[in-house]
Amino acid sequence: MPADPREQPASGEDQAPGEGQPAGACQSHWSTRLERHGIRLARGPASPGPLRRARDGQLLGGVAAGVAKRTGLSVGLIRVVIVVAALITTGYLAMPYVLAWLFIPAEGADSNIASKALTDKRGIGLAVGLTSVLVVALVIASALNASFLPAVPLIVCAAGLVLISRNAPEEELAYLRSLGEPAGLTSTAPRSRRVLRLAAGALVIIFGLYALLQGHERLALLRPLAGVMLLVGGIALALGPWWLRIAREAVAERQARIRAEERADMASRVHDSVLQTLALIQRRAGDQQQVIQLARAQERELRAWLFDGRPPGSMKGQASTVADGVRLIQQEVESQHGLAVDAVTVGDCELDDDMSALLAAAREATVNAAKWSGADSVSLFAEVEPDAVAMFVRDRGRGFDPAAVPADRKGLAESVRARLARRGGSATIRSAPGEGTEVSLVMPRSADDRMPRRP
Amino acid sequence: MTKPRVFLVDDHSMFRSGVRSELAGAVDIVGEAADVGPAISQIAESLPEVVLLDVHLPGGGGQDVVAATKAEHPDIKFLALSASDAPEDVIAVIRAGARGYVTKTISGTELIDAIRRVAAGDAVFSPRLAGFVLDAFAAGHSADLDRPSFDPELDQLTGREREVLRLIARGYTYREVAKELFISVKTVESHVSSVLRKLQLSTRHQLTRWAAERRLT
Repeated sequence: MPADPREQPASGEDQAPGEGQPAGACQSHWSTRLERHGIRLARGPASPGPLRRARDGQLLGGVAAGVAKRTGLSVGLIRVVIVVAALITTGYLAMPYVLAWLFIPAEGADSNIASKALTDKRGIGLAVGLTSVLVVALVIASALNASFLPAVPLIVCAAGLVLISRNAPEEELAYLRSLGEPAGLTSTAPRSRRVLRLAAGALVIIFGLYALLQGHERLALLRPLAGVMLLVGGIALALGPWWLRIAREAVAERQARIRAEERADMASRVHDSVLQTLALIQRRAGDQQQVIQLARAQERELRAWLFDGRPPGSMKGQASTVADGVRLIQQEVESQHGLAVDAVTVGDCELDDDMSALLAAAREATVNAAKWSGADSVSLFAEVEPDAVAMFVRDRGRGFDPAAVPADRKGLAESVRARLARRGGSATIRSAPGEGTEVSLVMPRSADDRMPRRP
Repeated sequence: MTKPRVFLVDDHSMFRSGVRSELAGAVDIVGEAADVGPAISQIAESLPEVVLLDVHLPGGGGQDVVAATKAEHPDIKFLALSASDAPEDVIAVIRAGARGYVTKTISGTELIDAIRRVAAGDAVFSPRLAGFVLDAFAAGHSADLDRPSFDPELDQLTGREREVLRLIARGYTYREVAKELFISVKTVESHVSSVLRKLQLSTRHQLTRWAAERRLT
């Protein structure tokens, strides 16, 4: 049970005069006094319409803030009243707060949490289970003569909070989780917080035991204690399996939810890639070349996803290494030009500016082979060595005589060559008519990103 | 040249019939199987020269078929055929004893050529396999060089072998490699066979790690 101050809902209207009522001397006296402590009594005009739990300025469920909005009273005042009332009545007036949380819809929502909780069979089971555990604990406590516990409000609040925590709207739950964060109540809380929480728990237990043992003579304690043990054993025997089942079902439900989320993610990925491609293939069934292209590109993408864990669609412009870049060139050219690119990469390194220039040159050469060679496949080989990266683009197409290329077609070779030369690399083109073409590209690696190697 | 006797192992019947029609006339297909168990028993019955083997099979990996058959019939040769790009799959089936690896996108004539090569006892390296091998035998794995059991004969490629593999990775045929390096095709074949032997026998860390991932050492 959280030790947070409980606030109390509708009864606030009885306990403080509303806006429309004549403001007596007594009220203004109190309001100035409270204002001195930073608590303003009247906040503004009352808003019309039914009572709603506030979705902004809330502390727990937004009941006090909602009442404040409705009546125009200060939130701080209502909170103080609720907490004091709950403390004076040993928790009995905390129950209305939890019930209000359950039954008053939040702002903007058209139904309350309780109506949703009614359909949550497992949640009701959990609440009933928790209630039974608490009843057993209270029976034990009363057997030990410790009847000071506020039994009824404890049980009602606990059951109510279980239902709220399972059925509240998602954004409200997110807010509640953020409340639990600093106390180390969430699984993602830092270790030190969790240790602190455990220490606090241990301290409370020690105090509790001390309080229990103090009221009894040492020997006299033993007999009721034995009785209590038997009682606990019996109840655990009778109800234990049921409790276990409830706990197990809660765990299973959680796992099922995680699985469902994974499945949904998978389904959307498959839809974005495979299903879209299949649809395209159906539409272009007449164009054999297109269909082959699409199937090939899809195959690459799917393979990258299954074997390299790279989700479809995340590749574009995101190459971070040379091997990634080679795959990118392969995919691009295959899907745009409809010929197979047989890409092989040996080793890998980070993609810096030099390597980007090398890849750009290799891409240019590959696209060129796709456009002019007439071959149905291109080999693209990249080898990352300690001091340089070499790339080779080879096709078995018609080839050409490099010496006889007209001046206006030399532009590309020159631009590739010049681009690499500016960064200390080089490019050579080997080709002969009927023998295909091979473009070799070499780029030295800058000294600082070389891996330390042994001689 | 006599027709090599070939056995097909692949779990896709569509793919089997496709290969069958592509190879028709050039090889003698003596049987086919879709699963590890049937493949092992039927290969033992029909005693083919070459088994065309899919790396991924429903009842285990292709390497199980190789391992089970090699013990009884060391003469039967295996050519791995796969759509998979994962190096550990390919390396595992080669280490189990396959004589080569080609991707399923290979053309019919190239496949026939590869089968003839394997039948003649040579190794068949696709560009991709050559890339994997260069990667696995890269110079930088210091863990290997420090090992007391480091065997340069097995755990290192010679400069010539590296050159041959690089050219294969660049898309050269054996004939083109020979022309490029001014050596005979036979010499290229012997280099490739020697690389295959190292691939199967080396205890290089990289190779054993890949093999361990496929539960095979």
